[in-house]
Amino acid sequence: MSERLVELEVLRYNPETDSEPHFQHYSVACREEWVVLDALNQVKENIDATLSYRWSCHMAVCGSCGMMINGEPKLACKSFVRDYDGVIRVEPLAHFPIERDLVTVIDDFMAKLTRVKPYLIPKNAKAVEEGEYRQTPEELKRYKQYTLCINCMLCYAACPEYGLIPKFIGPAAISMAHRYNQDSRDGGRAARQEEIAATEGVWECSFTGACSEVCPEHVDPAAALQQVKIASTIDWFKEHLMPWLKK
Amino acid sequence: MAEKVTRRPYVREVPRVLWFLRHPRYVRYMVREVTCLFIGAYTLLMVVGLQRLSEGRASWEAFLEMLRSPWSIAFHALALGFSLYHTVTWFNLTPKALPVQVGESFLPDRVVAGAHYAAWALLSLVLLKLAGAY
Repeated sequence: MSERLVELEVLRYNPETDSEPHFQHYSVACREEWVVLDALNQVKENIDATLSYRWSCHMAVCGSCGMMINGEPKLACKSFVRDYDGVIRVEPLAHFPIERDLVTVIDDFMAKLTRVKPYLIPKNAKAVEEGEYRQTPEELKRYKQYTLCINCMLCYAACPEYGLIPKFIGPAAISMAHRYNQDSRDGGRAARQEEIAATEGVWECSFTGACSEVCPEHVDPAAALQQVKIASTIDWFKEHLMPWLKK
Repeated sequence: MAEKVTRRPYVREVPRVLWFLRHPRYVRYMVREVTCLFIGAYTLLMVVGLQRLSEGRASWEAFLEMLRSPWSIAFHALALGFSLYHTVTWFNLTPKALPVQVGESFLPDRVVAGAHYAAWALLSLVLLKLAGAY
């Protein structure tokens, strides 16, 4: 089993003692097949137990270990150390406040996700005994891509708009709203539009496309946001130029 | 008895003006956006041309003479290059905004973007025909 010494530079911040974050250097003996998360676990277990970071599944499913690796938003469990030359710089996800070391404060994202009502609001609610809400494979395909979001927030760390205008609801939350809007069983679009068609919603997006470039699950949030813009524009035209369409 | 938890989140400031220098993909985005200024400048030039035309023959011919100057030719070359870049980068993004679902699959991106190029070529031919170019 081949091993090599990997140099890590990790941003540390202890709210109880530090006035600002600073980099700390670790030399870690890593195996060929290790990812950055393995290297951090090695530090935590054998070198410095005070290092704090989030992780859970180690298989790109839970979305907990998002961090900046050499300036790029990445899942630490999906970033192989062998793909990096020289020092690997690890920082907490950009655009989020740092709670401690690599742990960020994610309250803002959680609140925004709640605001967009990311759950099925049945078009025609029925009792359990009436059976399931059925859907064709074609109807499923319409939104399936957006169900793959793991809420890892890499898209928020990549989005320059979110960095400059923190009230922007942002890529993942709007994509999740779009996912339910596109669902044939759902009737909650009007309720979600209140949030996502607002200025703080989709209109803060200037289509940099960074969200889609960094998404580890290939959800393509940028596509969802542009589609929401088009649908919202059509709504506006219908309301203002074709008022006779109003029921 | 639980220990008192000290929370003092640290907020990293983002540069307000030169934020796009933080990453090459932001620079690419800015280039895509800024190139539209050349399209705007060319449109203004056409409006000035119309105004000169309305002022009579002498004024119009002076305008045409100005268009032949090296500065004007340099501007036209730049405006053409940047307009092409702006158009191509935007056309290549259209499949994201306009996915076309057929049954259980989506039309490939190149078909959606290709339709935009085809419409562009067709409209250009119509305009050239109207202008008497062929």
